[in-house]
Amino acid sequence: MNPDILVIGGGLHGLSAALQAARRGASILVLERHFLGRHASGSTAAGVRTLGRDPAELPLSLEAAQTWHKMTDLVGDDCGFKACGQLQVAEDEAALASITARIDRLAKQGMHHEKLIGADELRDLVPKISPHCVGAAWVPGDGSADPHRAIRAFRDAAKRAGVDIIEQCQVTSLKRVGQSWQVKTSKGDFNAAVIINAAGAWADKIAEMVGEPVRHAIRTSMMVVTERTGDVVHPVISSFGRKLSFKQTAEGTLLIGGGAQGRLAEDRQSASVDVQALSVAVQAAVRLFPSMVGTRMVRAWAGMEAMTEDHIPVIGFSAKVEGLIHAFGFSGHGFQLVPSVGRVVAELATEGKTNQQLDAFNVKRVSEKGVASC
Amino acid sequence: MTYDVVIIGAGPAGMAAAVKLAALGTSVCVIDEQPAPGGQIWRGVERNATSPVFKALGEDYQKGTSATEAFHAAGIDYLPSAQVWQIEDGWKVFLTIDGKSRCVLAKAVLLANGAQERPVPFAGWTLPGVMTVGAAQILLKSGGMLPEGNVWIAGAGPLPLLYSTQLLELGGRVAGYIDTSKKPTVKALSHLPAAWRDFPGLMKGLRWIWKLRRSGKLVRDICNLQANGEGKLAQISWESKGQIHKRDAGVLLVHEGVVPRIHETLALGCDHIWNDQQKYFAPRTDQWGETTRKGIFIAGDAGGIGGWKAATISGEIAALGIARSLNIGIDADKLRRDASLDDRRKKALALRPLLDALYAPPQQPIADDVVVCRCEEVTAGRIREAARASAPDVGAVKAATRCGMGPCQGRQCGYSVQALVAEVNDLPVGDVRFFNIRPPLKPVTLGEIATLQDVEA
Repeated sequence: MNPDILVIGGGLHGLSAALQAARRGASILVLERHFLGRHASGSTAAGVRTLGRDPAELPLSLEAAQTWHKMTDLVGDDCGFKACGQLQVAEDEAALASITARIDRLAKQGMHHEKLIGADELRDLVPKISPHCVGAAWVPGDGSADPHRAIRAFRDAAKRAGVDIIEQCQVTSLKRVGQSWQVKTSKGDFNAAVIINAAGAWADKIAEMVGEPVRHAIRTSMMVVTERTGDVVHPVISSFGRKLSFKQTAEGTLLIGGGAQGRLAEDRQSASVDVQALSVAVQAAVRLFPSMVGTRMVRAWAGMEAMTEDHIPVIGFSAKVEGLIHAFGFSGHGFQLVPSVGRVVAELATEGKTNQQLDAFNVKRVSEKGVASC
Repeated sequence: MTYDVVIIGAGPAGMAAAVKLAALGTSVCVIDEQPAPGGQIWRGVERNATSPVFKALGEDYQKGTSATEAFHAAGIDYLPSAQVWQIEDGWKVFLTIDGKSRCVLAKAVLLANGAQERPVPFAGWTLPGVMTVGAAQILLKSGGMLPEGNVWIAGAGPLPLLYSTQLLELGGRVAGYIDTSKKPTVKALSHLPAAWRDFPGLMKGLRWIWKLRRSGKLVRDICNLQANGEGKLAQISWESKGQIHKRDAGVLLVHEGVVPRIHETLALGCDHIWNDQQKYFAPRTDQWGETTRKGIFIAGDAGGIGGWKAATISGEIAALGIARSLNIGIDADKLRRDASLDDRRKKALALRPLLDALYAPPQQPIADDVVVCRCEEVTAGRIREAARASAPDVGAVKAATRCGMGPCQGRQCGYSVQALVAEVNDLPVGDVRFFNIRPPLKPVTLGEIATLQDVEA
C-alpha cells in the first residue's frame, strides 16, 4: 500500500484533507496512532464559530461557515450542526466597548457577520441569562456540531472516496529519498510522494523527524458536561475576556469549556483535569446562569492540541523539505475550520498550489531558531 | 487540613488500617460514604445492635461491633456521609459533605473502598422490579426492609445464598432460587482440599445450600433467564433441558459476583492486572498494597476480591506499608512477621480459589437487543456495530455510541463493552482496556465546583 499522499493524524483535519485530496484523484493513506478522533477532535466543544476570530483566520473561517450550512453535500451528513447562533456576552461596559470597536473594525473591512445587540435583545435570545449582562456580539449563522458524529461522517466519507485508514499505527521515522518519502511505522513501512503533518499535539515530533524542528506548546483545554437539564439556552455563549464557552447539546446536557487548562503529563502523552482551574470556568458559567448551581457535573476531561505562540495555526508547505505539508497548531479553535483547511491542504497536496493567501500561517513563525540548517 | 494518611472507606479494610496507623502515631483521616462505619458487610451494625434483624444477619455481621468500637476509640478524624469525587497529584482529595466541597491533603492515600456487584445484562434487566441482591441487602441492613410478593432470587456466589438465608430467618418468603452457576468441574473440585483450611467458612456455605435444597425451591441447570413485563416486572422465564419455564414474579433479585472498585485507580493512572478467572481488572500492587503510583495504596476488595477477613488483614498490611513509606522509624517487616499477617491472610483466602472456580462469571453472549448501557440506553447490537467500524478500543465505541457517558461513568456497562469489543475483534478479553475514567468519581454540582476557589489546598 504505497499511496500518493500519506496523512499523519486521524483527527478531523487529517480526515478532511484526506477526503478532499481523494476526491481530487489522489490515493491516500491516513495513519492514526490511537483511534480516529482520539485527542483534540474527540475532546472539543465543537463550536462552529466565526465570532471573535483573529482577522488572519477569517477568510478560511467564513468559507468554512458556508460549508457547515451545507455539510451534507461534503460528507453526506450534517455532523449534528445546528445554526443556533453564537453570542459573546459583555458583562460590563468596558467589555461592550471592546466588542463594539471590533465590530466597527470588521465593518470597515467589509465583514458584517457579527452584529451588536443590547441588553434587551440579549434577554430575548437567552431569557435565563444573568441580569448584569449589558449586551453582546451575535452571529446567528454560527452554532455547534456533534464532534463524534463529525468524526464518523468524515471517516465514512473518506472511506467512500477510497481513502485507506490504519488505526493504532505509530509513525516511527520519516526519510526523504529522491522524490519519495520512506515512512516506517509500528505496522509496516510505506512510501509516499507527499506527507501531510496533521498530528495535532505531536506535530512537533513529526516535524523533528523530517529535520524541520518547530516550536509549539500543548494546550490541554478542559471541558465539563452536566446531567440532562430542562431547556436552558439555545445559542452558544461565550463571555468577553473570560474563559467560558457554554452551550446545551442535542442530548439536553450542558457543555462548559472555554480554555481552562488541565495538567499535562510529564511525558506529554496525556492530560488530566485540574479541578481548581476548572472551577474558574464553572464560576464563570454559574455567574452567567445562576439557576444552574444545583445541576450536577457528570464528567470533565482535558483534550490535547498543539498551540502556537500567536494562537494561529500552521498551514502550508514545509520551509525546509520537499513534499511535506503542515496543518497543525489550531490552538483549541480548529473545529470550525475543518472543511476549508481540508480544501486548502488537499489543493496543496494534489496541485502543489492554492489560491488561498497563507502568509499568516507560514511555518517559519514557529521554526526553532538556532538549529543548524541542513 | 493536611494528614499523613487519608483512608477512603470505613469498611473492614479501612477501619483496620486506620486503627493500626493511629497506633503507630500517624495522623489519619477516614472518609466514608455511609453515615456510620462498617462498609457493606457491617452496614448499620451499630444501629442494628438493638434491632430484631441483628440475630438474623448472622455471626459474621455481629463481629462488626467490636471492629467499629476499636475504630471509634482510635483517635482519628472521621468524615462520614462524604463523597470523594476527585483525587489529584499531591495528594489532594476532593470531597463533598452536606453539599459543600472540601479538599484534604495527604502524604499517602489508602483506597479501601471495596467492591461493586458485577453487572450482567440480560433481557429485561432494566425493568422496575429487577434489582441486585446487594441492593436488597442494603435495604435490609439499613432499614430492616424485606421484599414482598413473588420474590425470585437468581444468581451465583455466596452473597445470594447468604441473603436468602437471612431473608428466610426473618420470616421473608422466596418464590424460588435460581442457581445460575454451572455444574462444578473436576478442576473446581480440585480446590476443595485447600478450602478445608477455612473449615467454618466451608461449612457455612454448605449449610446455606442445604437449607435452600430442603425448601424445595432451588432451580438449577438453567440458561437464558429473562425478565418480562410492561413497564414493570410481571414474569420471568428460563430454559432448562430444552424446555422454557415461565413464572409470575414481582421482584427478581440478581447477583453474579462482585468486582473490585477500580474507577479511582483507573482515574489515577495506576497499572492494572486482568484476572482471567473472575474477569476483572485489579490494580497492580507490591507486597505492601502500594499501587504503581507512589503514595497510593489499596486494601480490601478494591485490590481484588477476598472477603472481609482478608480485607481486615490487608488493611493492617497496607497500614504497615504506609507507615514504612512515611519513614517514622518502624521495622515494618518485623511487625508484619510478629503479627503473622501473611499466614492469617493465607487462611482467610483459603476458600477463595474454590469459590472462584465454582462461581465463574457468566459467559453467555449478550443478545443484540439487550440494553448494555443503562444511562444512555445503548444496546449490545449498537456497541457491536460501532466496534466493527473502529480500532479495538472501548474509547472509540464510547465516542460512537455514548455508552459509558452517563452519570454512572461506565460502572454498569464497562466490562460488557470490553467483552463485546473483544468478541467482535476476536481478541482475549483482557487485551482490551477499560474505559478512561474521567472526573468526577461521583456527580458533583456546578455550585460546589464553583465555590472551590475558597478551598485551601
